[in-house]
Amino acid sequence: MITVNNVAELLDGKILAGECNLSEEVHSACGADMMSDVLAFVKDKAVLFTGLMNPQVIRTAEMMDIICIVFVRGKLPGEDVIELANERGVTLIATKLRMFEACGKLYAEFNSAK
Amino acid sequence: MENLTFTYTVPGDDFTRAGDASSKIKKNLRELGIPPAIIRAVAIAVYEGEINMVIHAKTGGDITVDVNEKQITTVLKDTGCGIPDLTLAMSEGWTTAPDEVRALGFGAGMGLPNMKKYADIFDITSEVGKGTTVTMKFNLA
Repeated sequence: MITVNNVAELLDGKILAGECNLSEEVHSACGADMMSDVLAFVKDKAVLFTGLMNPQVIRTAEMMDIICIVFVRGKLPGEDVIELANERGVTLIATKLRMFEACGKLYAEFNSAK
Repeated sequence: MENLTFTYTVPGDDFTRAGDASSKIKKNLRELGIPPAIIRAVAIAVYEGEINMVIHAKTGGDITVDVNEKQITTVLKDTGCGIPDLTLAMSEGWTTAPDEVRALGFGAGMGLPNMKKYADIFDITSEVGKGTTVTMKFNLA
């Protein structure tokens, strides 16, 4: 089983919001900057990797029951985004890794956990 | 369950608030004890519609949600510019969203097809210059 906390540790990430979900399990992940595609393709209990930093990322997660968002490439969201995530119970993790590396690390972890 | 109807207003042209109505709808459905998988389908479909309204209907619109024991019916009605060719609008990847909307992560041309995918019944009517109405039904039983 892989939890939100495992994701944060694996990516050497900093937790910015939503500590309530740390022990929750995640089943898959998706890397995208296009929220339209996230809405069309992502399954539930997924981690979303993105470089996009606006409140609509949190909204998209909220609608899709995505409990964890990882911001890649060392980017940090604004206070409004952090506040909305806390309000909606979405965990935010910031990692310095690039999208490719972050996705690859978690993908390998999912495969070895099978 | 008795018949319940909720109405939500969507302000046009205010992207920062896009999703407020969908968020409220999701909360209300949760309070009614609707199964989570159905709530998720309704929330995604309505959110796509709300985003469309904010992008394309400068004057906004409203969303009505009707719940009875058999199904949830959502009607998204706007007074925007309307859609000249519905067949084209329903095809995946086709978009008229401006660049600034795409920069925010939307406008990939997946909205309407995705709404149709999540709803059990999907209907769209539109008149150029008058507006667009999308009706979606989600079966509960």
